[in-house]
Amino acid sequence: MKYVALVYTNPGAFEALSQAERDAMMSEADVYLKEFTESGEFLGEGFALADPSTGRTVRVRNGVPAVTDGPFAEAKEQLAGFYVLDTESLERATEIVTRDPAARFWAVEVRPIMDTAGAEM
Amino acid sequence: MVEDLLRQFAPQVLGSLVRRYGHFDLAEDAVQEALLAAALQWPEQGIPDNPRGWLITVAVRRLTDELRSDEARRRREERAAAEVPRDKYVEPPLDSEHVPAGADDTLTLFFLCAHPALSPASQLALTLRAVGGLATAEIGHAFLVPEATIAQRISRAKQQIKASRIPFRLPAESERAERLKVVLHVLYLIFNEGYTSSSGPDLQRGELTSEAIRLAREVRRLLPDDGEVAGLLALMLLTDARRAARTSVDGSLVPLAEQDRERWNGSYIEEGVALVTGALARTPLGPYQLQAAIAAVHDEAAQAADTDWPQIVVLYELLERISPNPMITLNHAVAVAMVKGPQAGLELLGSLDADRRLAQHHRLDAVRAHLLEIAGDRAAARASYQRAARRTTSLPERRYLDARANRLTSDAQ
Repeated sequence: MKYVALVYTNPGAFEALSQAERDAMMSEADVYLKEFTESGEFLGEGFALADPSTGRTVRVRNGVPAVTDGPFAEAKEQLAGFYVLDTESLERATEIVTRDPAARFWAVEVRPIMDTAGAEM
Repeated sequence: MVEDLLRQFAPQVLGSLVRRYGHFDLAEDAVQEALLAAALQWPEQGIPDNPRGWLITVAVRRLTDELRSDEARRRREERAAAEVPRDKYVEPPLDSEHVPAGADDTLTLFFLCAHPALSPASQLALTLRAVGGLATAEIGHAFLVPEATIAQRISRAKQQIKASRIPFRLPAESERAERLKVVLHVLYLIFNEGYTSSSGPDLQRGELTSEAIRLAREVRRLLPDDGEVAGLLALMLLTDARRAARTSVDGSLVPLAEQDRERWNGSYIEEGVALVTGALARTPLGPYQLQAAIAAVHDEAAQAADTDWPQIVVLYELLERISPNPMITLNHAVAVAMVKGPQAGLELLGSLDADRRLAQHHRLDAVRAHLLEIAGDRAAARASYQRAARRTTSLPERRYLDARANRLTSDAQ
């Protein structure tokens, strides 16, 4: 079963860490990535997202596109990155994500990816 | 077909290499390279007179090259003293003119690839590559997983085999039955992966069903007297027989009761029925045989209304006794409802609400919705369909369940 792990951070969260904390987190993240790539459960690469203020939001209403910059930083948590796991169960995916250093500082949401396969009932 | 020929030879060639030289990990790579070379050369230059001999020769050359460079590396690193002498892994060479047919080797490979020390994902990947002769990229396509991840699972499996010193021989008689269960379960999982996806854009995944059937036939050829092997093959055939009818033109799922039975595969049904009938008569009862027997009862009904539900109830009762599992209780409840009415089925479902394995499962809600619909409780049926639709992680299932819920909404007006 495939799951996406969505890493949520608070705006400015990374900047708020001390240099030592940042270094520790990066090297921990490397170890994390390596361990679960070797176990064959981490699919491909993870993606870190640029700050939301560098992106755009598109809404098409009645055929008319409305494109806005951002979203700009608000107080709530923002999607900062994601990666995909392929594991036996949600329990196993949860167990893996618990080891993600980002989960210690911020939050990692684990969501099943819908399968295009299905059983008739 | 060159490809079919190569897949048929793959486990035999690998078996003779490992038997002669040990080093399962390197031998498996060497065989893959030989298969690739043959896939490139044979269509152009013609199939050699002794194709198996050709593959063995090429694979042995690759393997000895690899061992030599391995050896050199080892010497360079001056670690030789810490290594187990290579002789320990090497068995006396066989006369290449008199290589045996390799039947036992193939069976040994099945057991090795499904060794309980390996993770299920690794067991599947290794079985498809080492016994099935599939390339890593093909396995990746089939499971919608990057090739690199499959390569990782295979290499991890090989490291575990090496590190645990798992010998290349059949498991001892005392553990053979337990180990065979794992082999069959791996084939069952490969089949399911392909069967559930045999619609829409995922045709490549659907090929896994044919591969699982081919491998199950191979195990049956090697163990013709085992009832569960026959049962599993029968179950696969009787299930796959419905493949063409299980989805409509737009790719949506068609429930068993509404399938166009003209489109079922008659020769698979015939073969499956014969297999399971023979197994039930001659061998000890087992869960695959019973599941195949249930599939056979469905497949033998010319119309859904002709289904012999009382017989299906009896078979589920037996199945629950020898292999209790909430999924079986769920299907049992459907059969009971068909015989005694929806209320009896719903009562049986009530016993599953406390089961933590199933409480959150969309199938429980889906079955309950179905039975409530038959009972005429449309509002409760709709709510159950909607709950099932939210809980499934399959897109076609969600579409089906949403459609059932919507139908009740609009008809209710």
